[in-house]
Amino acid sequence: MSTTGTGTPRLSLTVPGRAEQAESQHPVKIAVERLNFYYGQKRALENITIDLRANVVSAFIGPSGCGKSTFLRTLNRMNDIIPGTRVEGTVRIDGVDIYDPALDVVGLRRRVGMVFQKSNPFPKSITENVAYGLRVNGLAGSRAELAERVEQSLRAAALWDEVKDRLDESALALSGGQQQRLCIARALAVRPKVLLMDEPASALDPIATQHIEELIYDLKKDYTIVIVTHNMQQAARVSDYTAFFWLGKLVEYDRTERIFTAPAEKLTEDYVTGRFG
Amino acid sequence: MTVDAVAAARPVPEPGTTRRRVFDVGFRLVALATLCLALAALATLIYSVLADGAGRLSWEFLTSYPSRRASAAGIYPALVGSVFVIALTGAIALPVGVAAAVYLEEYGTHSRLARLIEINIANLAAVPSIIYGLLGLGLFVRMLSMGQSVLAGASTLALLVLPVVILSTREALRAVPGSLREGSYALGATKWQTIWYQVLPVALPGILTGLILALSRAIGETAPLITIGALTYVPFLPDSIWSPFTVLPIQTFNWVSRPQTAFLENAAAAIIVLLALLLSMNAVAIWLRDRVQRRRAS
Amino acid sequence: MRRWEVLIEHALRACALLSVATTAGIIAVLAVESFDFFRTASLTEFLLGTEWTPLFADQKFGVLPLVAGTLLVSSIAMAVALPMGLLSAVYLSEYAGPRVRRVLKPVLEVLAGVPTVVYGYFALLFVTPLLQQLIPSLAGFNALSPGIVMGIMILPLVSSLAEDAMRAVPNGLREASYALGATRMQTSLTVVVPAAFSGITAAFILAISRAVGETMIVAVAAGQQPRLTLDPRVPIETMTAYIVQVSLGDTPAGTLEYRTIFAVGMLLFVGTFGLNLVSTWLRDRYREEYA
Repeated sequence: MSTTGTGTPRLSLTVPGRAEQAESQHPVKIAVERLNFYYGQKRALENITIDLRANVVSAFIGPSGCGKSTFLRTLNRMNDIIPGTRVEGTVRIDGVDIYDPALDVVGLRRRVGMVFQKSNPFPKSITENVAYGLRVNGLAGSRAELAERVEQSLRAAALWDEVKDRLDESALALSGGQQQRLCIARALAVRPKVLLMDEPASALDPIATQHIEELIYDLKKDYTIVIVTHNMQQAARVSDYTAFFWLGKLVEYDRTERIFTAPAEKLTEDYVTGRFG
Repeated sequence: MTVDAVAAARPVPEPGTTRRRVFDVGFRLVALATLCLALAALATLIYSVLADGAGRLSWEFLTSYPSRRASAAGIYPALVGSVFVIALTGAIALPVGVAAAVYLEEYGTHSRLARLIEINIANLAAVPSIIYGLLGLGLFVRMLSMGQSVLAGASTLALLVLPVVILSTREALRAVPGSLREGSYALGATKWQTIWYQVLPVALPGILTGLILALSRAIGETAPLITIGALTYVPFLPDSIWSPFTVLPIQTFNWVSRPQTAFLENAAAAIIVLLALLLSMNAVAIWLRDRVQRRRAS
Repeated sequence: MRRWEVLIEHALRACALLSVATTAGIIAVLAVESFDFFRTASLTEFLLGTEWTPLFADQKFGVLPLVAGTLLVSSIAMAVALPMGLLSAVYLSEYAGPRVRRVLKPVLEVLAGVPTVVYGYFALLFVTPLLQQLIPSLAGFNALSPGIVMGIMILPLVSSLAEDAMRAVPNGLREASYALGATRMQTSLTVVVPAAFSGITAAFILAISRAVGETMIVAVAAGQQPRLTLDPRVPIETMTAYIVQVSLGDTPAGTLEYRTIFAVGMLLFVGTFGLNLVSTWLRDRYREEYA
């Protein structure tokens, strides 16, 4: 299924059965319908309609300023912190409209975790960083339980072996790649369903990037992952589905192989072949 | 090129250029001299105080009570009173000032109410300190019946230094990177949790620096405390927050108002102690500020 | 959890509103007591009378001598602080390199941080005797000595505010002037200072307000004789020193004499508040021009 720039879905009739089978194994986790987003008077996102599936990696690509990060942040209502922003349309996660005024935003953010472009560990110890989410959400039990959850999260982020002997040292002493994996561990500790990653490896060297990409591949069996990236090769390596954004509009959304080998829109083809952006 | 052509090519200075250059150098000297004059005044002040009072400084002076005989008089109650009042002032001004600054920086920005509060703070910072004394007299001493006590004095001084504490706390809060707050919110923390667990700990050294600087101003304040009724002759130590008291600058004022030279020496010695206290407070504040800047750079 | 958050926000807001309450409190305290005062004493006598003897048997409540004393000392202070402060600001802003500035500015801050009672001591015991050698008719308590010392104390305020105003002037203006062949002095005085004019005037007005409200220097060195005079050599009394004088004495609360300090305080507050408002208005105006 692909969408045109105006956002009306069009069924593609050329998909063989195997793809459909894969799709039924991955039900829709996040359903966005006609989402419009405004910074004051300026419209930054126009009529976005997209279904993001569970337990796969979906990548958002597009030139800078096209709105992909803004869109990512609407999925856990991080844009609420910025004054003067306005949302129209619906975003449903597991069927629940997250912009319902009665919704507990704090609980939403626990279930939809976020990792930022520039890693932002707290100026505290490694344990404290990972335990913070548990503490503020009232999920911390006894000291032993806490320690166990911290270890689980660090293992899940493939960081445990490197830091197990210095859990009480400052997180700021870690390397860039380790800090980013710490931020991932921190996000995983509260057991979210969805993990949003905003250019998670753009500030890292190639080896650290590779670690992050391997981690993302491992995580997708337990989490729904949405990743914003300006690096097309990364999107091609790491994701199952890719959405191409341009000037605040969703231009095309399809399985990753299709987007990179036979995209339906000329604009998409121009972007992925490097003719602009 | 001929010699004439070279001569023609060389620029001829316009008439009056030398005069302008002389004025320029002269002006620079006058401006520098002005600065030096101000600094010289400071140096003279320090020198004259030291010359007059250094001889009077002694352990007995620090631990004696005031007396009608100048040679036996000391600053003990005044010193204790100053420390007591300033500590209490800090204890009042810190939580209130930080709370107000947190509200203005994290909760109320851009609202009309916040704007009104900010205008008030700016105005209050420029109100003469003796007016605060009159406020303290009417409100704390009389209306709230605190009497002429340490508590009334500390409350008055707390109101006096509050604008400074709020201003410096706001700066410290602003210096906390937004990425820290974002990271906390993304994990599902509430606004207050983010402030209490992440923002305030990082801003704390800056907040403390501001507080110490504010208190170092308060320790030299005389007029508001005289107005609320701090006594000038206190032959006892203040034993509770309800007790009457005096402070170093008032004791100094008392002695300076006497004609006998011996009392004037006492006054000079008291000034030296006051300045020493001030110097150490400022040194602590500067050391704190350096630590903050060094940590930020790493 | 939500209720706790809302409660915290209310508590924080209450602390912030304390500043508004303080202003209201000042106005209320001064107004209530002044109102009581003017029920007995006459407002016209207060504002226009030329004798101030509330503590004597024959009570006169004309405040002009105190006002005159305040203005006399403040004028002398301004005669010192304004030109010296401006010159120092010009030097720091237009001439001094960053290293010099880093040394000089903290020292100026020290000048501003010395407790005023110390300045009072300096005025009474060093400056007055020194001046008496130049002016033999100078009394032990006078307006000249505290005026000069007050000027030195206020100099850093003028200097730092004026310097801020001048540094906000865009470099383009200076460069245009230099490119036309002007010297640094000409550029400073004819381009930068006029361009920073409202900021500098705002600084001047704030300095006047500071001088008017200053208490201890005059309480120590100017005397306690209210006198309607322009002669800086004789003892006088300022509004602020009068309040200190009464507070030190045994005047019981609730009496007419007690209320005089609030009436004088009200006058002082209105005066300095007005000056501060003008200064803020001027400063906001110049900020718009370069924003």
